[in-house]
Amino acid sequence: MKYETVIGLEIHAELCTETKIFCGCTTAFGGDENTHCCPICLGLPGVLPVLNGKVVEYAVKAGISTNCSIAEFSKLDRKNYFYPDLPKAYQVSQYDLPICSRGYIEIDTQDGPKKIGITRIHIEEDAGKLLHDTDDGSTLIDYNRCGVPLIEIVSEPDMRSAEEARAYAEKIKSILEYIGVSDCKMQEGSLRFDVNLSVRPAGTTTLGTRTEMKNLNSFKALVNAIENEKARQIELIESGGEVVQETRKWDDIRGINTSLRSKEEAHDYRYFPEPDLVPVVLERDYVEGLKSELPELPYVKLERYIREYGLPEYDAGVITASLPMALFFEECAGIYSGEPKTVSNWVMGELLRILNEKGMEPAQIPFPAKHLAALLELVDKGTISGSAAKKVFTEMFETGEEPEVLVKSLGLLQINDENELKAVIQAILYANPQSVEDYKAGKEKALGFLVGQTMKETRGKANPQVVNKLLKELLGK
Amino acid sequence: MITRKDVEYVAELARLEFSEEDKENFTKTLNDILKYAEKLNEVDTEEVPPTAHILSVKNVFREDRVRPSMDRDKILQNAPDSDKGCFRVPRVIE
Amino acid sequence: MKLHHMTVSQVADRIRKREISSEEVTRYIIDRIKEVDDRVGAYITVTEEQALAKAREVDRLIGEGEALADIAGVPMALKDNMCTEDIKTTCASNILNNFVPPYSATVYSRLDRAGGVLVGKTNMDEFAMGSSTENSGFKKTYNPWDLQRVPGGSSGGSAAAVASGTAFFALGSDTGGSIRQPAALCGVVGMKPTYGRVSRYGLVAFASSLDQIGPITRDVTDCAIVLNHISGYDEFDSTSVDLDVPDFTRSLKGEIKGLRVAIPAEYFAEGIDPHVKNTVMAAIKDFEKLGAVCEEVSLPHTEYALAAYYIIASAEASSNLARYDGIRYGYRAEGFKDLKDLFVATRSRGFGDEVKRRIMLGTYALSSGYYDAYYKKAQKVRTLVKQDFDRVFDGYDVVVCPTSPTVAFKAGEKTHDPLQMYLSDVYTIPVNIAGLPGISVPCGFVDGLPVGLQIIGKPFDEGTVLAAAYAYEQNTGHNGARPQI
Repeated sequence: MKYETVIGLEIHAELCTETKIFCGCTTAFGGDENTHCCPICLGLPGVLPVLNGKVVEYAVKAGISTNCSIAEFSKLDRKNYFYPDLPKAYQVSQYDLPICSRGYIEIDTQDGPKKIGITRIHIEEDAGKLLHDTDDGSTLIDYNRCGVPLIEIVSEPDMRSAEEARAYAEKIKSILEYIGVSDCKMQEGSLRFDVNLSVRPAGTTTLGTRTEMKNLNSFKALVNAIENEKARQIELIESGGEVVQETRKWDDIRGINTSLRSKEEAHDYRYFPEPDLVPVVLERDYVEGLKSELPELPYVKLERYIREYGLPEYDAGVITASLPMALFFEECAGIYSGEPKTVSNWVMGELLRILNEKGMEPAQIPFPAKHLAALLELVDKGTISGSAAKKVFTEMFETGEEPEVLVKSLGLLQINDENELKAVIQAILYANPQSVEDYKAGKEKALGFLVGQTMKETRGKANPQVVNKLLKELLGK
Repeated sequence: MITRKDVEYVAELARLEFSEEDKENFTKTLNDILKYAEKLNEVDTEEVPPTAHILSVKNVFREDRVRPSMDRDKILQNAPDSDKGCFRVPRVIE
Repeated sequence: MKLHHMTVSQVADRIRKREISSEEVTRYIIDRIKEVDDRVGAYITVTEEQALAKAREVDRLIGEGEALADIAGVPMALKDNMCTEDIKTTCASNILNNFVPPYSATVYSRLDRAGGVLVGKTNMDEFAMGSSTENSGFKKTYNPWDLQRVPGGSSGGSAAAVASGTAFFALGSDTGGSIRQPAALCGVVGMKPTYGRVSRYGLVAFASSLDQIGPITRDVTDCAIVLNHISGYDEFDSTSVDLDVPDFTRSLKGEIKGLRVAIPAEYFAEGIDPHVKNTVMAAIKDFEKLGAVCEEVSLPHTEYALAAYYIIASAEASSNLARYDGIRYGYRAEGFKDLKDLFVATRSRGFGDEVKRRIMLGTYALSSGYYDAYYKKAQKVRTLVKQDFDRVFDGYDVVVCPTSPTVAFKAGEKTHDPLQMYLSDVYTIPVNIAGLPGISVPCGFVDGLPVGLQIIGKPFDEGTVLAAAYAYEQNTGHNGARPQI
């Protein structure tokens, strides 16, 4: 039988506020254990929370950017459960009245664009961290992350494959980065995915029993976990078994997922309105104000790149996937007098290649966009050759220096002077009588050899067009 | 009517345990209290909104400005067990 | 008059005029605690050294001619559920028996800054759950008027300290009557301000939507003085209201001609001791003599307030008290086999019976399938109780009624029957449910035991409540009596 996979995602994103959601402790990543803590985030007896206004602002921005309705009235609730990383034994979250609801984003699939519904976006606090690797087998608790603000973005079960889930997750990540509400550093745990997955015979409409896998923290883990769980459920059903609604744990290293059922308690979170925090009431003006502050979103930018810069859709897609990359491109294309496509070629080619090699993010490009523009102008003017430009570019990554300076220090100035080149070429012709004869006998290949020799002699600095022209002139005599 | 099984379930949720005798007592007194609370059903509240906050205050926000955290020594000063700058508990199995 | 019977304003005045030093007063009070508190049991912790150091500092400032606040140098006590940096704060619970807060409650910081001298932390019902202070995990407190009887609760230690002359004033916390009821039973003045008037930051939470800190004093003037210091917005408490705080002592004019006083019929119905009723009725006559217009009104949902209260308060408490798990502070049980066992053993051994009862009740009321029937229903009834008061306050300035249906009862009399104990708070609870300010002032005696008169006001209208209380007090002289101990 053929099966259809039904996937919904819950995405937790840590917001990049300066301080925690309810106290003034820093949200900076790292730091010695329990040094970013105070009585409030530690939940000492008697403390009270005060909501960080930026958290509301960021959540609203996320909601606007994902086509959500922004609630006029929302409130915070307590979700009660015991766990050592949760010092109050309740997590302040939102239950029935989240800040944002009923939105969607569009992803690209093989069958064209597809809408993925967003059920809700709510704010909540992150928990602390358990460290297990101790000498005596006990567990240590670090509460530095405890109270870092999160948004949880809950999707509708609208995805049908790992690819769609990945496309959705990537799009959410790019939106959150664009609007500057989360740095989405997956290696630091600031973006995490929970997958809800069920399968059903293709063509049917009732939902199968779903399982949940929590805290996947890379796209690779997301895809692998989905593929694995999908296969497991199908196999189970095929062999006459039944899927049990449960939480499962994905082991990314071993590539398997296991049931957590045996360790699970009855989930009875006893949500109730957080009495220590007052409701959040958002006026229309406030929401409109935030809307006007938002940068151009990636899909809008993409269309503009095609329209305004004449880029192919593929180029536009790659460049707009990252805001720092897009901003770099736009700035460069704005300064550069040539075609935007030339800039795009360099960004997609050399720039991405070196970033990948070095494992750097677009935000870490060590020189300003105007340097690339200047470099391209040098090529256009014939000051340096294309291959020399690549050397300069590589060097700009190391030093951040202006291209003019590097061209000089690397001695890459192109030789365009015909008299200077004529002298070199004549010497080469003199030293290679055989090639000269071959050429005259009609062997075009010999010309290439002579060009190569000239380039070699000038250590690549000769302008190849000029060399070509001069060679033909001299050989034609 | 709250049963002994309810008491056990609620105790589990609340991370409490009771002797058999205490369970008996708790079942009885909780039932007395809940029976008293059933008085509330005499009141028609169909059209009445619930009150979570008695104040009409809304939108109390803090500025996103960092304040110094507390010295770790003070953070840990009341911990029954700590090690390497952390709170220590028996091994947690995930 | 004996020094320990003086009011805050009297003793502060003498200290300021350097007729007596704060150190002498403080030493005197510490000695008096040593003399009488083994019989009264008001204190859990006595902070002798810190108190004397603070007193000397105040004396030094006075010597340097500093202009000091009107409580400077005056010995005071705090209920042991208010955090005091570097001073043990236990909530009278074994689960916090060794907890030394690394920070201070806003109320304590404010009083400390004003020169108040903390002499100790007072006994209470564990986590403020109770009406007799018999639920303390550590010790019993007795009523200074009759050592066989309870002082009321849960702020029984604070009320007993003020009544027995071991603190000039004290703070209590009031979730369902825990300031007013012990004040009534101990013959002192106790006020619960409007919810939101006083910061709760650093008050160990019992029921967050109901808790409020307030003064326990020997007269209404002292109450206004102390309220001045602790009132006002606090950036650390989202539910503290950003309203100007008037100087409450300016409300004390002794003149209430034309004051519109509502007398709620439901507060004089079944359950009230007839002698208490007569005493309160006489007090209402006094109001009329002073020119107030007293009329009977109805607060029809009064009888449901108590049930709603026990659901709401217990539900919030079940969540507020979940953090006591033996990891970060407080008691940790020995001999656990794994983490869950550590939680269960710590909590089961650390909490007393009444606390466990409320945690169980509250957990049940919030649990899946019961939320609407209990918690939400109670919240709706809360709305109705509030609306009752709103309607009455459309036509009246204050509501006057008894504070407690009985005078102080015998120790052990109600401990076996939680529901009977809960009924002690039947007249005070609606005020918390509605978030209103309420004061209890002495209004006479029944069999040598004090009776309290409760005056309830509009939200944030503590001024009128204090004005009515002051006029009554000044014209009847009911605040003069002190227990012989």
